[in-house]
Amino acid sequence: MLVMDDYSNPLRDPQDRRLPQIAGPCGLVIFGVTGDLSRKKLMPAVYDLANRGLLPPGFSLIGFARRDWANQDFAQIVHDSVKEHSRTPFREEVWNQLAEGFRFVPGDFSDDAAFGQLRGTIEQLDRERGTAGNHAFYLSIPPRFFPDVIGQLKEHGLAENYAQSWRRVVVEKPFGHDLESAQALNAVVSEVFPPESVFRIDHYLGKETVQNILALRFANQMFEPIWNSNYVDHVQITMAEDIGIGGRAGYYDGIGAARDVIQNHLLQLMALIAMEEPVSFDAQSLRLEKQKILRAVRRPARLGLHTARGQYVAGWAGGEKVLGFLDEQDIPRDSRTETFAAIKLNIDTRRWAGVPFYLRHGKRLGRRVTEVAIVFQPAPHLPFTETATEDLGHNALVIRVQPDEGVTVRFGSKVPGTAMEIRDVNMDFAYGGTFVESSPEAYERLILDVLLGDPPLFPQHEEVELSWRILDPIIEFWAANGRPDPYDAGTWGPDSAVEMLARDGRVWRRP
Amino acid sequence: MSIDLTATNAAKIAGALLHERRKAGSPAMGMVLTFIVITDEGDHYDALRAARTVSREHPARVLGVIRRSSRGAANLDAEIKIGEGGSGETVLLRMSGELAKHPESVVLPLLLPDSPVVAWWPGKPPEDPSTDPIGALAQRRITDAATVERGRSRAMLTQATNYAPGNTDLSWTRLTSWRALLAAALDQYPAKITGGEVEAERVNVSADLLVAWLTRRLKVDVSRAVTKGPGITSVSLRTGGGDIVISRPDGVLADFAIPNAPTRPVALKRRETPELLAEELRRLDPDDIYEETVKSLCRLAERTASGTSTKKDASAKAALSAKSTAKKRAAPAKSAAKKTATKSATNKPTAKKTAHKLAATPGSAGS
Repeated sequence: MLVMDDYSNPLRDPQDRRLPQIAGPCGLVIFGVTGDLSRKKLMPAVYDLANRGLLPPGFSLIGFARRDWANQDFAQIVHDSVKEHSRTPFREEVWNQLAEGFRFVPGDFSDDAAFGQLRGTIEQLDRERGTAGNHAFYLSIPPRFFPDVIGQLKEHGLAENYAQSWRRVVVEKPFGHDLESAQALNAVVSEVFPPESVFRIDHYLGKETVQNILALRFANQMFEPIWNSNYVDHVQITMAEDIGIGGRAGYYDGIGAARDVIQNHLLQLMALIAMEEPVSFDAQSLRLEKQKILRAVRRPARLGLHTARGQYVAGWAGGEKVLGFLDEQDIPRDSRTETFAAIKLNIDTRRWAGVPFYLRHGKRLGRRVTEVAIVFQPAPHLPFTETATEDLGHNALVIRVQPDEGVTVRFGSKVPGTAMEIRDVNMDFAYGGTFVESSPEAYERLILDVLLGDPPLFPQHEEVELSWRILDPIIEFWAANGRPDPYDAGTWGPDSAVEMLARDGRVWRRP
Repeated sequence: MSIDLTATNAAKIAGALLHERRKAGSPAMGMVLTFIVITDEGDHYDALRAARTVSREHPARVLGVIRRSSRGAANLDAEIKIGEGGSGETVLLRMSGELAKHPESVVLPLLLPDSPVVAWWPGKPPEDPSTDPIGALAQRRITDAATVERGRSRAMLTQATNYAPGNTDLSWTRLTSWRALLAAALDQYPAKITGGEVEAERVNVSADLLVAWLTRRLKVDVSRAVTKGPGITSVSLRTGGGDIVISRPDGVLADFAIPNAPTRPVALKRRETPELLAEELRRLDPDDIYEETVKSLCRLAERTASGTSTKKDASAKAALSAKSTAKKRAAPAKSAAKKTATKSATNKPTAKKTAHKLAATPGSAGS
């Protein structure tokens, strides 16, 4: 490929904002391509990108898995999953040009011959489809296989960045299961790939959401002045799921709610809500501010009083009779894995001193919802009679992340009528419908970022480690003390969670 | 939910909308813009359906304006639809009698407070959208020169001549995927371009715009060849190391060829109207690149008119320029004045080569 110094593409102009960035020639290699995630999210996202014209001409997809498939079988599998799960309408011609670049490499992660074949396939694609040596490796596999795969990539010279081409790797959460394992994992990955080539994805937290929060906080004048301990009473960050653990017993047992969601998703959301204004919106400045918050986090001294955990028991949830956690298939009857976790954290900065952040996550809760509620202090003086404001609660600003992405403002208003009576009302804003209904958007953005080499807004290694530092002592405390409290499936968690807030004189919002 | 109001007025329509919102139990308004569709009895069904589809991405109050015969007594009929295949509200306004000449009087009170207004002419656009009574209310005016039945190139040129900030044409929007691929080609093969050619069916305003855009950006001559279509069939850019060619003979699948790399297929579909509109609504500030492209289009037309044109592009551009001079003769003094202003404004930033060429065509019709 020829390169001219200081070449600036005359067809591009910063003013020309219609033009999408299309990645240069490249390919994607998916390990664990037969998995659920790959079939339901990744491959449909690849198709949706192609359909929107955002993939480079000649884009190639190599699947790697322990199946005895030929390229055509693989194409058929992708075809079916794309047709079922893609967000945009299925169009045969898009599919056809995409499918020409599909290859399948069967083999084990420890199989030298298979990686030799992978290398051959990549080189062949470079020649036939012009992928120019640019390839991203997507590790959609359990972390215990990472050392194998990454070692093999290194051994077969597949991980080297040459002068004119790039190799990148995508790693999914969980990034380890405690600080030690996260560091070990990082050691494996960073030995082979430089930090800027490692993309860690937290698929709960799409770039769209992150950018929405940033826009709300930093593009407006009306929120920032009250975004501190002078006005904010506390913050509640909730991610609730109405489903149980489903078929993920093997993964979930021993991991639990705190490691699965709080460590990455909720701590990230907290950092975005609490951080200072970054000097610019590039990934590095953003990361810097998030790290400052994670570093400033202080756990309560008495963990027993300010954390809560639970396990769902059989019951009726949303009109269906569901099993308890301990009755789920492949879960040991004496499992102490928590399916609900709530923790209180303080942030020792001038802005947030004395403002607790309550984080909770659980499975089989009332409904599926992720939201951040900033709950404000009561007005310092109410010039009304006590009876008039009996129903008045705290003002709140709620950032709804999913499923109904938007913002709610909750404030007091007079009840119509002759008597003076003030009650809380909601004011809603909803983001445009198309973006909300379909979650794969997050994957589309991620894959695009990887192919473009855009530093993603996802956490890098330091943030992952800092998060584990916050969470590890809590998990250790739980491991050493008692069992999770039972809660009925379909409710909002165990009584201990309610008591935990009651101790501070507060209540959980019903999301 | 559908409500018909006959012999009504704007206040009653606004009242009915408020009443319906209350009845639905959600008085909050999530609508982000007012989308005015200026249409007629024949087209309004498809046009409003497209508008409602777009309102899923950009929740909007859609106002369909149909102007009937201006004979007879003034009358306003309205058809309100809420929650049918879109988010937001749709009102179809039928105006007749003397009222047909004053549609803005109905539309103005129905605009959402303080939010953007977009006007779209799915059919024949007004000659100067920014001074059109309804266009003047809008900050974004979307025309579609390609829907004009006869004299499309001239219609496009009229729009180009009367460009005002906020104007845009769907013929331009249709080009986005082509332009993205061409830009990507130069990302992949960064070379000096020495010439280019756009092949398309005989009359295709998007192709004319593409020629104008490439000419302006690359500062080289870009010729226009005629094929059977559909639409644009091929674009090639000449470089020292070979040609960059994107060809799409069937309107669906394109071949993407750059020097020193294998030719690759790429899907390059012709997009549906709702998709085009959704792209338009994503940005509501003036499109500077469209502005420089339509100015380039005007310059090219003048060049052909004053006989300095070269070879190939004869058929398409001759047609285009012949009609454009005709239009200029008929055009009022105002538009001629505007044009001169436009020209002097754009002369400055162009590179030497182009400036030189322009200098060679001093006596063209407009000035």
